[in-house]
Amino acid sequence: MNPPPQTPAQRPAPRDPAPETDVLGTPETRLRTAGAPLGSTGASVPAPAAGVAGADNPFAATPFERTKRRRLKWNRWMMFGFCIILIVPLVAILADIFIKAAPVLSLDYLWANPENKGKGGGIWAPLVGTFYLVIGSLFFVAPIGILAAIYLNEYAKEGWLNRTIGITVTSLAGVPSIVHGLFGLGAFVLTMLPAINGALGLTSHKLEAGLLTASLTIAVMNLPVVITSTREALGAVPQAFREACWNLGATRWQTIRTIVLPNSFSGILTGIILVVSRAAGETAPILFTGVTFFKFVADEGLAKIFPYHPGEPFMAMSMHLNIISNQISRMPENMKYGSAAVLIALILFINSFAIVLRVWLRGRKRW
Amino acid sequence: MSGTKATPKKAFNFFDAVEKPTEWLIRLCGWSSIIGIAAIFLFIFKEAAPMVPRLDWFHLFTSSRWIPNPAPGNEASFGALALLVGTFTTTFIGLVVAVPVGLGAAIYISEFATGKMKETLKIVIELLAAIPSIVWGFIGLMVLGPLVSQIFSAEPESVWSHIMVTLHLASSDTGAAQGTNLLTGGVILALMSVPLIVSLSEDALRAVPDTFREAALALGANPWETVRRVLLPAARNGLLAACMLGMGRAVGETMAVLLATGHSNRIPLALTDPVRTLTATIAAEMGETVHGDDHYRVLFILGIVLFVITCGINVASDFIVKGVKKANQA
Amino acid sequence: MTQAQPHLEFRRVSAFYGEKQVLNNVSFTVPRHGVIGIIGPANSGKTTLLKTINRTLDFITGARFTGEVLLNGDSVAAAPDPNALRRRIGMVFPLPVGLPLTIYENVVYAPRRQGVTAKAALDEIVEQCLRQAVLWDEVKDRLDMLGTRLSGGQQQRLTLARALSLSPEILCLDEFSIAIDPVTTMRIEDVLKELRKTVTIVLVTNLVQQARRLASEVLFLWRGEVIEHSPADVVFSETPKDRRTYDYVNGIFG
Repeated sequence: MNPPPQTPAQRPAPRDPAPETDVLGTPETRLRTAGAPLGSTGASVPAPAAGVAGADNPFAATPFERTKRRRLKWNRWMMFGFCIILIVPLVAILADIFIKAAPVLSLDYLWANPENKGKGGGIWAPLVGTFYLVIGSLFFVAPIGILAAIYLNEYAKEGWLNRTIGITVTSLAGVPSIVHGLFGLGAFVLTMLPAINGALGLTSHKLEAGLLTASLTIAVMNLPVVITSTREALGAVPQAFREACWNLGATRWQTIRTIVLPNSFSGILTGIILVVSRAAGETAPILFTGVTFFKFVADEGLAKIFPYHPGEPFMAMSMHLNIISNQISRMPENMKYGSAAVLIALILFINSFAIVLRVWLRGRKRW
Repeated sequence: MSGTKATPKKAFNFFDAVEKPTEWLIRLCGWSSIIGIAAIFLFIFKEAAPMVPRLDWFHLFTSSRWIPNPAPGNEASFGALALLVGTFTTTFIGLVVAVPVGLGAAIYISEFATGKMKETLKIVIELLAAIPSIVWGFIGLMVLGPLVSQIFSAEPESVWSHIMVTLHLASSDTGAAQGTNLLTGGVILALMSVPLIVSLSEDALRAVPDTFREAALALGANPWETVRRVLLPAARNGLLAACMLGMGRAVGETMAVLLATGHSNRIPLALTDPVRTLTATIAAEMGETVHGDDHYRVLFILGIVLFVITCGINVASDFIVKGVKKANQA
Repeated sequence: MTQAQPHLEFRRVSAFYGEKQVLNNVSFTVPRHGVIGIIGPANSGKTTLLKTINRTLDFITGARFTGEVLLNGDSVAAAPDPNALRRRIGMVFPLPVGLPLTIYENVVYAPRRQGVTAKAALDEIVEQCLRQAVLWDEVKDRLDMLGTRLSGGQQQRLTLARALSLSPEILCLDEFSIAIDPVTTMRIEDVLKELRKTVTIVLVTNLVQQARRLASEVLFLWRGEVIEHSPADVVFSETPKDRRTYDYVNGIFG
């Protein structure tokens, strides 16, 4: 990528790049005046660039070339600068959040329930709520998404159905999160729950919006993620393996479960972990489908570990942060930062785990 | 071994026994995304439907009087112009910041960075992409907001305050500007969209065949020239699509703008005016509505409007990418 | 099932990928045991011909064939269970394929799918098949090694061992030697010379000399049509039935 290296003897002595002053326009004008086609060096360039007197070094850099090289360096640093602009302030912000949260963070903070609308105490109740939300979402989205991807990649690989499903997956991925929330409200809270309540004849212990409806909403939202990552993982398995199995008399399903699925494991797992991360952080879809800012959770015992029934409102980290950021008067700053810090740490941990897992599994490739 | 076909007694295998029902289940799940998207259409329209014929649609898009809960005796007014303007201005500011930064970072990572640096940058971008929107909203509210407020505050009658008003950086020349506003929201949206733009742009650049790079190299171009004259034009459509998808994400963003843009339902006249977006309105006001009343249904209608906008952006970006494929095959 | 009934018979078989015709009115019979070599230039339909025998053509969307392919007199297309059919036919491909399982599991893959689980039976299959494929001595101490880590020649022999694991009545080989070294090719050819006494072998090859070495009958397929089907000594003589056979065998076109 660099011009051929010059020995110290050949390197032009540093001097003012005088000839370029009037052609500091576009490279085209420079080329025209230099009388050479783009990029060519040496022969047809009028002024030899070598600073060494009398030397006729065809590989030495012309003034034009030196400008190009300078410009390259400048642009390269500028783009690196963009990366820095992006990354450094954010790292600083995150550090700031953790520093401001530090006085509050401790194991007790994680284990204790919020007190006094979050002005004191800890974040156990929202934390465990987020945990169950994640589990619930995975429970619905993982099997359906993986099987759907198997269908797309192994059974209906070509044809109009495959293309249509592909379009709907992309469309589903493009739906804004608040619209998913509206969908969850209309479909699960207002239609599914009354239907279940009616069918089971529940009157006093009616199912309300809670973990069930919120998990379903998050599941629908993340279906494209699972389908796409599983599809990629399945597609990475060479077709030659499948054909070898078919020629031995194995059925499609046998081939899938003995060769294709076991070797897609890492890709599928990556998709699952992505869902975990998103389910833990999302707020908009659960706003109307079951999350609440306050619900009584026991301070000890089994009820502390299993505090929520699927048919009643639950607390979650994202909602907790949402409310205490802005809507509780006289909220201590530390508590806000504490909640933010725990959520950020959780998300970063999950994603780092996914990255490490991906690298580790890549090293254990079996072909 | 001869051709004798000794059929050994077949041991029972659970997975083989359930092969037929499993394949049936697989087929069913294959339809899940079709069912999902259809259901979204269905249920949102179902909730919005009764209001659709009754709503003054022209008023919705041209008026900024948003009075969903009028005092008794007065008429409700559903004018969403300010919300639409809010959505688009925040997105616009977001893109103005995100596109150069995102493209620049993508070019750097794709063409200039090597080895460890490249891996590290990619991982950092991935982690940034993972930060949830509520956290971004928190950052906007607690970190960026006060900063913006400080920068854009001025003593009344001072030089800075006159400059600000003239340049439409602030609306009034008095006192402290509110920290949660259009600018803050836009910058936060930018920070949220950049990782998406970077990764999609990187994909677009990677899709340009290496033969292009080699040809440019053979002609004596240095890496920057290769990027500027060969790769950017070649990847142009993919890059454009990346930016559009970033825009789609910004338009649909809810919690970040809810916290970072303030609560004012007015058309912004200056960079540091508070705004409100479609998404934030739905999120903030749904809790106050009664199921089935007009306000409730209009919020669903806003949801439809939002859906249509993001769909349009996604379809447009799809066309742009497909346009490239056709041109490359020609 | 008399001795005279051919093991395999093609009756006016035409094969299509969508609109494109790949085999045209192919008819021939294959007697029991021995080797029939199928020669012809690229894109003659040789691979498609093999795929119609064990119905792996079914896996290609838009592919179909007309006419009849009869195995022991029974139509292949009418077979109630295509998987059972495929188990009776062994197939070796041009590119060596080791499944991403241990060598042991590679060889017992097909028996396991059939329901064989007794360790003693499986051990016996492994040893027998690997010996037949002349791979036993090289891998007997590392049967738990991943099949994909073997060399190309070893993987091809592993494929052969897999193909033999269900005691097939027909063994089809599709240009098995193009991706492996000559020494391994020779060893596999020796195996085939042994096997042809008990198994019917359909050997598709682009190496005319290979057909000469192994086949008792030769079928010359060109652009989807049978140009000639004669005993080997006729095909490789100065006077095969068709002029084009002579030209191809002697390299005048290819």
